[in-house]
Amino acid sequence: MGLAEVTKEEIKFSDKLLARIAVLKAHFPKGKHKSALLTVLHEVQDEHNNWLSVPVMDKVAEVLGILPIEVYEVATFYTMYNQQPVGKYMFEFCRTSCCCLRGAEDLIEYTCNKLGVEEGQVTADGLFSVKTTECLGACGYAPMLQLGDYYHEFLTPEKMDKLIDVCRVGNVEFYSKV
Amino acid sequence: MGKKILLEHINVPGIETYEVFRKMGGYASVEKALKTKTPLEVVEEVKKSGLRGRGGAGFPTGLKWSFIDKKSGNPRQLVCNADESEPGTFKDRYLMEKLPHLLVEGMIVSSFALEAHLSYIYIRGEYMWVFRILEKAIKEAYAAGWLGKNIQGSGYDLDLHVTCGAGAYICGEETALIESLEGKRGNPRIKPPFPAVVGLYGNPTVVNNVETIMDIPWIVNNGGEEFAKFGIGKSTGTKLISASGNIKKPGVYEIELSIPVEEFVMSDEYCGGMQTDRPLKACVPGGSSVPILPANLLFKTAKGETRLMTYESMSDGGFATGSMIGSGGFIVYDDRACIVRNTWNFARFYHHESCGQCSPCREGTGWMEKVLWRIEHGFGNIEDIDLLWDIQRKIEGNTICPLGDAAAWPVAAAIRHFRDEFEFHIRYPEKVKDRKHFEKEPWEQVKHLVKKEDAVLV
Ligand SMILES: Cc1cc2nc3c(=O)[nH]c(=O)nc-3n(C[C@H](O)[C@H](O)[C@H](O)COP(=O)(O)O)c2cc1C
Ligand code: SF4
Ligand code: FES
Repeated sequence: MGLAEVTKEEIKFSDKLLARIAVLKAHFPKGKHKSALLTVLHEVQDEHNNWLSVPVMDKVAEVLGILPIEVYEVATFYTMYNQQPVGKYMFEFCRTSCCCLRGAEDLIEYTCNKLGVEEGQVTADGLFSVKTTECLGACGYAPMLQLGDYYHEFLTPEKMDKLIDVCRVGNVEFYSKV
Repeated sequence: MGKKILLEHINVPGIETYEVFRKMGGYASVEKALKTKTPLEVVEEVKKSGLRGRGGAGFPTGLKWSFIDKKSGNPRQLVCNADESEPGTFKDRYLMEKLPHLLVEGMIVSSFALEAHLSYIYIRGEYMWVFRILEKAIKEAYAAGWLGKNIQGSGYDLDLHVTCGAGAYICGEETALIESLEGKRGNPRIKPPFPAVVGLYGNPTVVNNVETIMDIPWIVNNGGEEFAKFGIGKSTGTKLISASGNIKKPGVYEIELSIPVEEFVMSDEYCGGMQTDRPLKACVPGGSSVPILPANLLFKTAKGETRLMTYESMSDGGFATGSMIGSGGFIVYDDRACIVRNTWNFARFYHHESCGQCSPCREGTGWMEKVLWRIEHGFGNIEDIDLLWDIQRKIEGNTICPLGDAAAWPVAAAIRHFRDEFEFHIRYPEKVKDRKHFEKEPWEQVKHLVKKEDAVLV
């Protein structure tokens, strides 16, 4: 399916998502519901294969009653919003100093070699992608990666093998619950 | 065992739940403040405590609170800064995961002191599971009557919500945070006006770090003077230090603001000494933005005095021979670490995180990253060291927000204390081709190559 051809009208947010957006909007004073945008985009992204296409962003603008450009501005500024499709399981390794002192670079190399991808790429089956990020606030538990809403810490090649295996069978904690 | 303020009950099973937290005396400060004190009295108590902001700058909290504009009559707001993205810092996450209700309690009492009726916790987007923990805690607090209208029959109303960022270090800077909380890009604002006058939605706003807010209940319960009995001089109370790098026991520790740095690094109560008993080479004691200290300036100041974990002692000697306690992100390097590589790593971080509004920061951080990359990878020229020095000097003080300074300082300090190592990379490129050069051949074994000439010169 050519994603680019999907129009805003064809995008449907689930009732659950719409209800959640209503709750988030209500956290802000009248006329200030744009404040909910960052949190809403996370929830929307979670429901759309972990990335934000233009029609999806347009739909967000409609639901929040703001201009599409206001959504694009935000989506392009913050690194957690993906503007391109990503692997179903995106490993986001911390590449900052403290993690490097504890072997992050070795582990990133190991994972890339094992999956046959380079940093930033998605495996051919669309299952995995490897990304690097800046400090995730787990410096003492290095090396580490983020997968979905969760951190995997004190990693070793063996633990990495195991994590890849459980992902392959779809048996991994991914989204935290409300 | 050192005295604890924040982590006293950390090992009580179930302390993260409302029931256990309440049983251990949680929310008592709300009752005390709302029923027996005026907002101004709470501010006075915080002033007496000498508490300084735990987010990095160390500004006195009571004083900051007293600056909030009351004349305009606009609604006042409190925002908790839970963006925690300074490399090396992971204490707020620990606090929020383990003691979410203490943050809610602190937010209620602090909001009361500021006479705020709508407050927010802004948490970095990567901490999504912590966001859920806080959402749950807030819900429980509403259900138990600690939030909402007429809290515990006191007549005070407060709404509290948690909201999140999405991966931008700059949103930890308070005005960028406010922009982000308004649903915009995290571009810092020009100050003045300060948030205390024009902040969130144009209203007077106080932004405080998670740990700062969590210290408030103890101060209200025990009095500011009791708090000030911890620590030395203007460094009162305790501080959480998140220790990482080449030490035996990385983790989050609560220390009294008075213990010697050596005790913190070497004792079993804290870091437990060096990871593999290799020699200590350097330390970044307060998050990536503060100057790196070589081993010989870490345990002792330049004057030869014992260096303590206090704001004053840590910065003794200024930037020439001291550093800062900063956010408490304590990063330890042993002799396998390469300072050039580390400096490049930090420069890459700041370049990546620059919001791009001011050219010295946007261009300067990228330029420093490039120059550092080429030195680290064996493509540097000897002029590059002075070039770097020049770039960092031209960023510092010439930008809208302190991220520019934060990017400049680590580079300056690395050159100041480790110039030989930069020279070594430039003069012996074949020796640094391997990323693990100092792991294979520690600096101590090769430094004579660049030191020899110095010796001849002297
Ligand atoms: C680039 C930059 C990033 C910052 N990041 C944080 C942060 O993650 N958490 C924090 O509490 N303060 C951070 N600060 C400091 C805040 O601007 C602000 O001073 C602080 O939240 C005030 O709270 P405090 O007085 O309780 O420390 C940062 C400052 C700058 C310039
Ligand atoms: S100093 Fe850097 S991060 Fe701060 S406003 Fe300027 S460009 Fe943005
Ligand atoms: S440096 Fe990797 S989590 Fe902080």
